[in-house]
Amino acid sequence: MADQPNPRGRIRPAPESFLTEAEITAVKEGRRDFLRNAFVTASAALAGSSVARAAEGDPNILTLPPWTTSLGQPVAARPYGLPSQYEKGLQRRESPGLTRMPQVSVAFTPLQGLFGIITPSGLHFERHHQGWVDIDPSKHRLMVHGTDDSFLKQPKVYTVDDILRLPPVSRMHFIECGANTGMEWGNVAVPTVQYSHGMLSCSEFTGVPLRVILEDCGIDWKKAKYVLAEGADGSSMTRTIPIEMVQSDEVLVAYGQNGEMLRPENGYPLRLVVPGVQGVSWVKWLRRIEVGDKPWATKDEAIHYIDLMPDGQHRQYTSVQECKSVITTPSGGQILLDKGFYNISGLAWSGRGKVKRVDVSTDGGINWRPARVEGPVNSKCLTRFNIDWVWDGKPAILQSRAMDETGYVQPAYGQLRAVRGTKSIYHNNAIQSWKVIEGGEVSNVQVL
Amino acid sequence: MFRFSKPALGGAIALALAALTAGSALADGRYAGIGRSATRAEIHAWDIDVRPDFKGLRPGSGSVDQGQEVWEAKCTSCHGSFGESNEVHTPLIGGTTKDDIKTGHVLSLVKGDAPQRSAIMKVATVSTLFDYINRAMPLTAPKSLSNDEVYALVAYLLNLAEIVPGDFVLTEKNIAEAQARMPNRNGMRTDHGMWPGASAAKGGMGNGGKPDVKNTACMSNCKTEVKIASLLPVYAETAHGNLAEQNRPVGPVRGKDTSGKAGATPAAPAPLSENAAASKLAQDSGCMACHGVAGKIVGPGYNEVLAKYRGQADAEARLAAKVKAGGQGVWGAIPMPPQTQLKDEDIRSLVKWIMSGAKAQ
Repeated sequence: MADQPNPRGRIRPAPESFLTEAEITAVKEGRRDFLRNAFVTASAALAGSSVARAAEGDPNILTLPPWTTSLGQPVAARPYGLPSQYEKGLQRRESPGLTRMPQVSVAFTPLQGLFGIITPSGLHFERHHQGWVDIDPSKHRLMVHGTDDSFLKQPKVYTVDDILRLPPVSRMHFIECGANTGMEWGNVAVPTVQYSHGMLSCSEFTGVPLRVILEDCGIDWKKAKYVLAEGADGSSMTRTIPIEMVQSDEVLVAYGQNGEMLRPENGYPLRLVVPGVQGVSWVKWLRRIEVGDKPWATKDEAIHYIDLMPDGQHRQYTSVQECKSVITTPSGGQILLDKGFYNISGLAWSGRGKVKRVDVSTDGGINWRPARVEGPVNSKCLTRFNIDWVWDGKPAILQSRAMDETGYVQPAYGQLRAVRGTKSIYHNNAIQSWKVIEGGEVSNVQVL
Repeated sequence: MFRFSKPALGGAIALALAALTAGSALADGRYAGIGRSATRAEIHAWDIDVRPDFKGLRPGSGSVDQGQEVWEAKCTSCHGSFGESNEVHTPLIGGTTKDDIKTGHVLSLVKGDAPQRSAIMKVATVSTLFDYINRAMPLTAPKSLSNDEVYALVAYLLNLAEIVPGDFVLTEKNIAEAQARMPNRNGMRTDHGMWPGASAAKGGMGNGGKPDVKNTACMSNCKTEVKIASLLPVYAETAHGNLAEQNRPVGPVRGKDTSGKAGATPAAPAPLSENAAASKLAQDSGCMACHGVAGKIVGPGYNEVLAKYRGQADAEARLAAKVKAGGQGVWGAIPMPPQTQLKDEDIRSLVKWIMSGAKAQ
């Protein structure tokens, strides 16, 4: 039985190890009465004979399962594929009580169960200001014009056909809502990384640089200072974008997301991609670009998405998502199975460029070790980090701290609050702490 | 030369030839055959934004009294009679004083003693109110207000905040004067490092990207003690559903069972019954934002509707008409807005469901 996993000290029964060594011994000695006790957490339906055989090894191996002994499903049984039925736990969810109307709300990405850096399109977080719409692409138009005639030689209208004919680029970028982690400014408020950091997603976007379209309209780059982007949904949401970001070729009029068209919840058929900038500027269902010389102070840059400082002033036009990271596993609301080896894994990102380094602490920030930063490391894109950890069963506090290529280091809560107070709502990029207790339970705490 | 990229094609000859040559690059950044000119009428139809200097504002006028009328018909159900409601959205009005109108900076923001921030405590510009109401309100029927109605609604809101008197008529000519009295007009700053464009020194905004918070990458003995400032409150752990069901059933960790009934196997979901389908329709159509099944929220509870109309032969038809056209007075002063977005058949199933007791299953 040397190859049988030793379940002693195991905190949570894993599916494959429901018999203790003592129970296996009991079976070998011919005692069958252990049945009454041993199968509380295992399959009670197992026949006596297979139980006897279990002593010789794992019944999942010794008794061939139905999927090994039957014909499987035909191709295209599900013409648009779906995740396994066992993956239902990983879904977008609302945070109860955060908003009162589901059309004006948020659904968070389940970061606790995702791998690598790309967010599956169906799990991309949602934030709608007036509900989502599914637009007929043949009736959608993109209009480009100036605040007056001097900004562009030729105001133009593009169909989706037109946009898809233009030369495209594909780039991977993160998108994070400015209010991500906003519920945690004052104190711990939510149990898991889904709710604390799940207004964060990352995709490969395909589209046309907005610069190309503006040049096609004959823009006067000397006169243009800002553009206004507007959506076609009921809210017709508007945001001011700096012309310098457009000129740098970063800003895209995107239609592709992870190899297919954008999902309706993410702006089908056209959305703006503004790398490194908070999600509200990535206007969905994009219908209009206006070129002008002054910012517009729209509702989402004059009433919301303004950061309240301790002196009672609001910061307006705060747009960049500064360097931030979070450990996604183990994370809040999870329970470690056992003592021993773990891979601590998480995500790091910066709105100012590439992630240069991520350090991880398991003692609440007294000592740190550099994590392995996995490739690819792209600018303004999620970056995966991993680090080995052997849990000794004692209490621990897990933290990650990212540094970007500008040398900026993600701050601790104490440092962030010393400058910005606790009422900002937006742009909380503090170091996240997960406390592990002896039983293996992980919970959300804040360390100054 | 026709394989040159666009910067090489500057001259007039190259321009003309490029247009004629298949597979060649661009003339002056222009893409042949892509897009078309926008007409004046098209730009006029979509270019509705209004800037803080009121560029884009279309002439018009509306009085506080007219605003109140429109408000009571179309806005009260979500925002309350005086814009003070916290039921559906955060309050629009409240928390500002006459003194704030003088200083231009809301004092309760400085003191930090306001229980929450109303829109008028934050917004510095009347243009923002006009632009947003015009493009997005009412929530279920955006862009249905006339230009003068928007003027009137803005006048009404400004009057509620005591920025303009009760006999005020807002026009394109005096809107800048009203803006100069906004209680938080001096409450906004842009001298931070989070604007991604040119800095103020270079004609843009902000400090050019200089961060305000600094940390260093200390690696060992960085502090002597770990100060835990905040722990997860128990109610917050259980308020987010069963965390065991929000994690994968395999891997290095499991989700914590926060259901309060660990060990029970969840029942398989049954197909939707007729009641469940109607209940879902009511949820999806936004009815439940204002109506409870067993009590009043903004409008009457469905149990109250049933009690009032039970046994009346034409009840279903009358209720269906009310849902479609809206109504006021039967249940108090707050009107129910017309639900023109609903299909007739959906209205019929909703009314039938309400009159059968609005059961969930």
